[in-house]
Amino acid sequence: MSMDSIDRRLLNIIQEDFPLSRKPFDAIGEMLGITGEEALKRTQSLAETGIIRRIGAIFDSKRLGYVSTLAAAKVPEDKIRKTVEVINSYPEVTHNYERDFEYNLWFTIICESSERMENIIEEIKAKTGISDMRSLPAERTFKIKVEFEF
Amino acid sequence: MTEEQIAIIKALQEGIAICEEPFDEAAKKAGVSAERVIEQIRMWCEDGVIRRFGAIIRHRRAGFVANAMAVWDVPDDCIETFADAAASHQEVSHCYQRPRFEGFPYNIYTMIHGRKKEDCEHIANEISEKTGITNFRLLYTAAEHKKTSPLYFLHTQSMEGGE
Repeated sequence: MSMDSIDRRLLNIIQEDFPLSRKPFDAIGEMLGITGEEALKRTQSLAETGIIRRIGAIFDSKRLGYVSTLAAAKVPEDKIRKTVEVINSYPEVTHNYERDFEYNLWFTIICESSERMENIIEEIKAKTGISDMRSLPAERTFKIKVEFEF
Repeated sequence: MTEEQIAIIKALQEGIAICEEPFDEAAKKAGVSAERVIEQIRMWCEDGVIRRFGAIIRHRRAGFVANAMAVWDVPDDCIETFADAAASHQEVSHCYQRPRFEGFPYNIYTMIHGRKKEDCEHIANEISEKTGITNFRLLYTAAEHKKTSPLYFLHTQSMEGGE
């Protein structure tokens, strides 16, 4: 992956100040001193190489009436693959990370109600036989800012 | 949420098309005008329903390959001061308070991103020195088994397709 200084500035702009206009790439091109066409091409190739996951809205799930949690599970080594499969099968599970710790699987759930959330956790426990699984919903949120400066 | 707003959320949540007129594409999916989509995004950004509108980066591809979830045991009366100190680091993307549980005394969670493990350790040590909180652990990512964006209103009928 080779990025020049224009790519880096472009990444900063489209993370923080994506123009809300009919032809946003013309506006981005103007900021960078290149044509809109080139701004679009560069963005497309950054998406093709995988640096850009998507361009879109990050909603505050709570404001949409959704509930969320982080769950931690203690899973024996030989059961990890099967457990991951079960957990990942839920569309409400958005992240699932393995970590070097006795609680070795950490996954997040975003769903429509607390009842659904409890059901998902109970179902996962039943399907995997993993009983040591804790739901740790955020009590307070102090920071969410996932922009990266290039 | 109105039916129209739900249609707009559904048209936006998997990302806009990277093309000359991306909002026109989203508008077509939602069955409304591009102006309506843009205006609605603006309003949601202003009142916080949308946290941020823009590109989401795969930080691993961008060179941030060391990612640690640092967990901290912070006394109740120091939580705000601690959170301020932790959040002031650009490398800290998330900071939450969560319940402690048996055998796990940690109540504050921070996600730290670095180009190498030592970067994460360095930042955690800095936070520790600044705040005096010494009981903490760094849980590094050993494998990323799933990472997707949430999908809202999957089961809600809307006027998708501009019917």
